[in-house]
Amino acid sequence: MSQREAQWEVVIGLETHAQLQTKSKIFSGAATAFGAEPNRQACAVDIALPGVLPVLNREAVVCAIKFGLAVGAQIAPRSMFARKNYFYPDLPKGYQISHFEIPVVQGGGLTIRVGDTEKFVHLTRAHLEEDAGKSLHEDFHGKTGIDLNRAGTPLLEIVTEPDMASSAEAVAYAKALHSLVTWIGICDGNMQEGSFRCDANVSVRRPGAPLGTRREVKNLNSFRFLQQAIDYEISWQINEIEEGRKIRQATVLFDPDTGETRAMRSKEDAHDYRYFPDPDLLPLEITPAWIAEVKSTLPELPQAMQARLQSQFGLSAYDAAMLTAQREAGDYFQQAVAIAGAESAKLVANWMQGELSARLNREERGIAASPVSAQQLAGLVRRVADGTLSSKLAKEVFDALWTGEAKDANAVIEARGLKQVSDASAIGPIIDAVLAANPKSVEEFRAGKEKAFNALVGQVMKASKGKANPQQVNDLLRQKLAG
Amino acid sequence: MIESSLQQLSAALAAKKVSAVELATLFLDRIERLNPALNAFITTDRERTLAMARAADARRAKGPGEHCGPLLGVPLAHKDIFCTEGWRTTCGSKMLANFVSPYDAHVVSQLKTAGMVTLGKLNMDEFAMGSSNETSHFGPVKNPWDTNRVPGGSSGGSAAAVAARLAPIATGTDTGGSIRQPAALCGLTGLKPTYGVVSRYGMIAFASSLDQGGPMAKSAEDCALLLSAMAGFDERDSTSLQREAEDYSRDLARPLAGLRIGLPKEFFGPGMDDDVRAAVAAALDQYRQLGATTVEVSLPNSGLSVPAYYVIAPAEASSNLSRFDGVRYGHRAAEYGDLTEMYCKSRAEGFGAEVKRRILIGTYVLSHGYYDAYYLQAQKIRRLIATDFQEAFKVCDVIMGPTSPSVAFSFGAKSADPVQMYLADIYTIAVNLAGLPGMSIPCGFGTADMPVGLQLIGPWFGESTMLNVAHQYQQATDWHRRCPPIGD
Repeated sequence: MSQREAQWEVVIGLETHAQLQTKSKIFSGAATAFGAEPNRQACAVDIALPGVLPVLNREAVVCAIKFGLAVGAQIAPRSMFARKNYFYPDLPKGYQISHFEIPVVQGGGLTIRVGDTEKFVHLTRAHLEEDAGKSLHEDFHGKTGIDLNRAGTPLLEIVTEPDMASSAEAVAYAKALHSLVTWIGICDGNMQEGSFRCDANVSVRRPGAPLGTRREVKNLNSFRFLQQAIDYEISWQINEIEEGRKIRQATVLFDPDTGETRAMRSKEDAHDYRYFPDPDLLPLEITPAWIAEVKSTLPELPQAMQARLQSQFGLSAYDAAMLTAQREAGDYFQQAVAIAGAESAKLVANWMQGELSARLNREERGIAASPVSAQQLAGLVRRVADGTLSSKLAKEVFDALWTGEAKDANAVIEARGLKQVSDASAIGPIIDAVLAANPKSVEEFRAGKEKAFNALVGQVMKASKGKANPQQVNDLLRQKLAG
Repeated sequence: MIESSLQQLSAALAAKKVSAVELATLFLDRIERLNPALNAFITTDRERTLAMARAADARRAKGPGEHCGPLLGVPLAHKDIFCTEGWRTTCGSKMLANFVSPYDAHVVSQLKTAGMVTLGKLNMDEFAMGSSNETSHFGPVKNPWDTNRVPGGSSGGSAAAVAARLAPIATGTDTGGSIRQPAALCGLTGLKPTYGVVSRYGMIAFASSLDQGGPMAKSAEDCALLLSAMAGFDERDSTSLQREAEDYSRDLARPLAGLRIGLPKEFFGPGMDDDVRAAVAAALDQYRQLGATTVEVSLPNSGLSVPAYYVIAPAEASSNLSRFDGVRYGHRAAEYGDLTEMYCKSRAEGFGAEVKRRILIGTYVLSHGYYDAYYLQAQKIRRLIATDFQEAFKVCDVIMGPTSPSVAFSFGAKSADPVQMYLADIYTIAVNLAGLPGMSIPCGFGTADMPVGLQLIGPWFGESTMLNVAHQYQQATDWHRRCPPIGD
């Protein structure tokens, strides 16, 4: 943060649209799968033929209930769908059906972590609504194409209180939310396909002053863009105010190419959406029995799992948080520990956060698509824990498993003869040979140069082709040099 | 044959005294001959009709069984608000003048399944907005009793067609009186069911919380038969009620002794023409002779029904009609510079004046800052009106009064003054606001020998009681058998 920005307070609230993983649309029976030929997944209801009517998909409501339970919110026993009226070619009915006055999920929140600091971000609400179609401006030579496959796709719009004070907090929240909605299986989280997208409301103020005027950055579909857009807005707004101009409420778009935001429309030309309760739909009633039924299908939630991993396996809060950032990671960890043994939990955690995560990142894979399975990693960790493999050899085994050279660690060790040598009678002669060949290093060590010792260890390891147990090499070498 | 009741037609078909093709041809020929003077039909399609008739005959040829229900082979015509697969469905508007529906409304498919033969699509006020049929893009429908007079609206084509015996029966829809008022003005029996009894799927929406389809016929008996086939739960309409299917003919024969008729004092005040008053009074006397008693009741908030209706109905309409934007189907302006201009010109050209007026009213009352003052208030009034009726039904079984304050008026008499036109529905609107079933039955003639309608209002799901009450009256009177002097 620059000196100038330190004199300002930043206030951020996020609105996130999470596309719900239902088989069919929220008010019609058409499929929701991504990537179909344009307008092949749009039925009479989606294209708003005269006379058609919406029917609520209960599966979308189940998703909303799951979310409400996961964030500790109130689930409204009775909520209403309203019509949000505006004209746009990809909005077939001329209105969007959305919860308005009474949202289905009220309150709740998420704990986020930036560095060592934890913060609770409060949610205002989460409500169900339908997505619009897409306007396609390319390939039509001055005309606009309309694809209504997406029209009617169920969305959960999740709205926070203005609780975040930096782009880092906003990104941490968005990541935590992303992890949660994928964790409970209501959203596939695919940001490129638009399944999870954020709008950021950003304002700045002098510390202690009333809230500043906010600008809303629309449709941010990556964490990086979210960060860049917010940072740009903060510095733009500060600059405007410092130069004596007023911030005007506006909706803006972020241009990833320039890293800047530009105004889409100001408050003056904002729509009057003429909300009113949709007379085609009955009020949505959610009984305690329905909530209980949904609750019984929820998996263990990330925070509960985090706490359990700490108490059950003695992991640090940091490790537990990392392992529960995604449900797949938590599952992977637990599968591996079940095989490797609870005493190796820390070792499994280290491997997952070290070699495994580095390789996955490098190849841009998710842990669910890891070439090294939890079973394979567990087998590897067992051989490390029982001293068969040094960490250097273990990495070699890991590589072999990654490339699919063998089905488990034991097979790699066998095939490559990688067993660690911990036998003094085998290591002794190697040390003797190394000492004989490096009189200069021996002399230096005796003169007090510790570095020379490390050079000798290196030589021994090299001579043993890495198989010698490093601890044993250390001990034996010291004995011999002292002798 | 053209005077026959549905039951008679059904019996003749069953006895193979007439085939569905012969029957359809009889009516098609009559339509061809008489419709030009009445303008009741927007669309006919002889080939399609005869194909349906042939299919009905083929079904019957398979021998008796479940596939030969009472309506198999019986012709009917649909108000052009019901989507009919393969037929033009215009809703009386230029906007949909060339729209051919790719699907059938629930009501249409129910009646198709029953084997009914569609004679064509009936004229109506544009998007069902009107009480005189003068707002149709396809020109006004003439009242068969006097072609200088309106048939009522919005189901004016349905009323004129059945009154002139161009169809044995027709479907209609009623948002504020659109079945009952034209039934009254054309001397027919029409029934608007309890909201939710007939699926709205495929019925082009005017005001979703008020719209309800129903039969328009020559008698209560015919209404009962058609309603039994039209009604029923439809999962595609969330406001459709999950109730057991009913036989609405079951109570027709019940005697009326002990029937309590409520007469709302608000329906008998000033504003009703003397000829209507006299005919209604005579009908009530007839009911007393049939063993009924009358009791005065009060609907204190009924005076607010017209203003409440003209907030709620346009509000919903303004939103329902947004889909007619020229993007996917319907009228699109020939030339436009940009998107906004395309919307503006397409809608300006595609909608008539009354539709535009209601879109403007509806848009206004839903606007930010006005919603609470208009829409919310109107919804509260609506609840009060429903409560008034519930109170009244504690002391009576059915409510009666006039359907319309006057007999059919002349073309142009009210079209210059929308408020005068809106008051034509003053007795019918409260029924829609309360979601109640209502009927109109012929009860005599007034000025210039024009028919007068008696309105029956029942409690929720009181259809079969109302049909019984109407049928017993029709057993004792012959007003419903009178036929306009046209073409014969």
